[in-house]
Amino acid sequence: MAELEVPVLSVKQLNKQFGNGCSTCEDRESGDMVKNYCRECGTVYACRDVTFDVYQGEVLGIVGESGSGKSTLMKSLYFDQEVTNGEMYVAGFENGTKNVLNESAQKKRYIRNHLMGKVYQNPILGLKMNFSSIGNIAEKLISAGNRHVGSMETRGASLLEEVNIPIHRMKEEPKNFSGGMQQRVQIAKALSNNPPILLLDEVTTGLDLSVQASVLDLIKGLQRELNISIVLVSHDLGVIRMLADRTLVMLEGRVVEQGLTDQILEDPQHPYTQQLVHSLL
Amino acid sequence: MNKSYNFAFFDEGSKREIRRATLKAIAIPGYQVPFASREMPIGRGWGTGGLQLTLSLIGKEDVLKVIDQGSDESVNAVNIKKLVSDTTGVRTTDSTREATLIQSRHRVPEVPLEQDQILILQVPLPEPLRSFEPSEHETKKLHAEREYSGAWLMLFEQIMKYKTMATDADHPVMVHDRYVMAPSPIPRFDNPKLDYSEALILLGAGREKKVYAVPPFTKVTSLAFDDYEFEIESFTNHECILCGSKDVFLDELVDQDTGATYFQCNDTSNCLDIVNQEQSLGVK
Repeated sequence: MAELEVPVLSVKQLNKQFGNGCSTCEDRESGDMVKNYCRECGTVYACRDVTFDVYQGEVLGIVGESGSGKSTLMKSLYFDQEVTNGEMYVAGFENGTKNVLNESAQKKRYIRNHLMGKVYQNPILGLKMNFSSIGNIAEKLISAGNRHVGSMETRGASLLEEVNIPIHRMKEEPKNFSGGMQQRVQIAKALSNNPPILLLDEVTTGLDLSVQASVLDLIKGLQRELNISIVLVSHDLGVIRMLADRTLVMLEGRVVEQGLTDQILEDPQHPYTQQLVHSLL
Repeated sequence: MNKSYNFAFFDEGSKREIRRATLKAIAIPGYQVPFASREMPIGRGWGTGGLQLTLSLIGKEDVLKVIDQGSDESVNAVNIKKLVSDTTGVRTTDSTREATLIQSRHRVPEVPLEQDQILILQVPLPEPLRSFEPSEHETKKLHAEREYSGAWLMLFEQIMKYKTMATDADHPVMVHDRYVMAPSPIPRFDNPKLDYSEALILLGAGREKKVYAVPPFTKVTSLAFDDYEFEIESFTNHECILCGSKDVFLDELVDQDTGATYFQCNDTSNCLDIVNQEQSLGVK
């Protein structure tokens, strides 16, 4: 039998808390807690022992209500913020043997620039609104060591074409674009250096339905074509159903249920998941 | 000499503090060292950074030259010279070869500098990444991690917009393969003069409270792309109307009467030297 497949991204026991914690909330089960908020010291436990693997070419969906820790988790994966503790292994870095969360800021930047791409819910976070669209894409390429204007321009133009941004607007700043176009520029930027891992944080939230559909279509197409792994956060079960192979359900910072997307949506086990699926219109 | 001030205007403690920052700056080429910028009798942004360096370094034996955009006689240069000579009694000069300390705003002199000279440049904006990243906290991190994609991105943007790198002055340089540095708003023409310069080059920003340096014989490369090389301003087919020099930085001027444009040396003392030399030869 072939060897077991190695995950592209592996996260183990990731914890993120805001606040120092106190004796009351130390034992998180019995403490005086409102959801994941300690009434005694005001500490918020945003992610609690989150563990998961993502394999090559797989789309992992993460659902949960707002405040359940989805975005905090995504920020931690992209090193936008320090985690409290936990481990993360990336197959492309040192063969996945080193906990990248303990690496230096320089190494983390290397991983971000070479092995990952992220699309933020709010394009302002992912794009430089005052730089041209092609410049935004070039930023990622320059960070990854490219110093050739011609090749970056060609790559940027082909990516923008792929995400349906007209070429004659590639030198325009994203601030002049509609929300959907900004989101597509972000996707082009995230894909620019062929990252094995793509992180999508609520990419379709706030877009109108037809644009949502075209963005989703685009993501699905690119993922099939390039065989990249995607971690996809959404509170929209429709998006999850369409894109995700496997799904985690998060509640109050914890993963309460995980499994194949169909399984989760058809036969939810956890009371919260049941409620979530039943409230689907 | 005005005796009511300490030698060189500052008290000895202030001079020592500035020299200490300067030594650190020389030890880490291109790194911006923060220092306690003093209140000066001229306004911040009028060369206080350079002036503080000059005052902290000057000794009785020194000969001072001050240039403002290539000119020895502009108001700013004259006033700085007056202040320094009034509080120190040192001799001032227009000749680049004669000077031991040269404080300059936005030009490196045309005459090559030598080992016993120090060039002090006045810097308005010491941070080369500022227009890319407004936060000082963040730019410090970027320097620490040698993350300079922002500097290249700004050049890339210019190429996208204008088909060429459009920095007319202050074109960012990489010092000793480590720190990206703003060379102060010297024209691109002067950037190559920083590379392996025989003279020590100090840069002071009074308003931004930073000192940095290019030690003698240090590698300084202007940022560029593989397919868009760094180029200095070109003055082909033009020469100075007064002295006829060709390989110098020229100012383009307009004749008020005829409306015709003509070119003239930017470095006035060098121009004058050449004219005098030609005339004396002519007499003989």
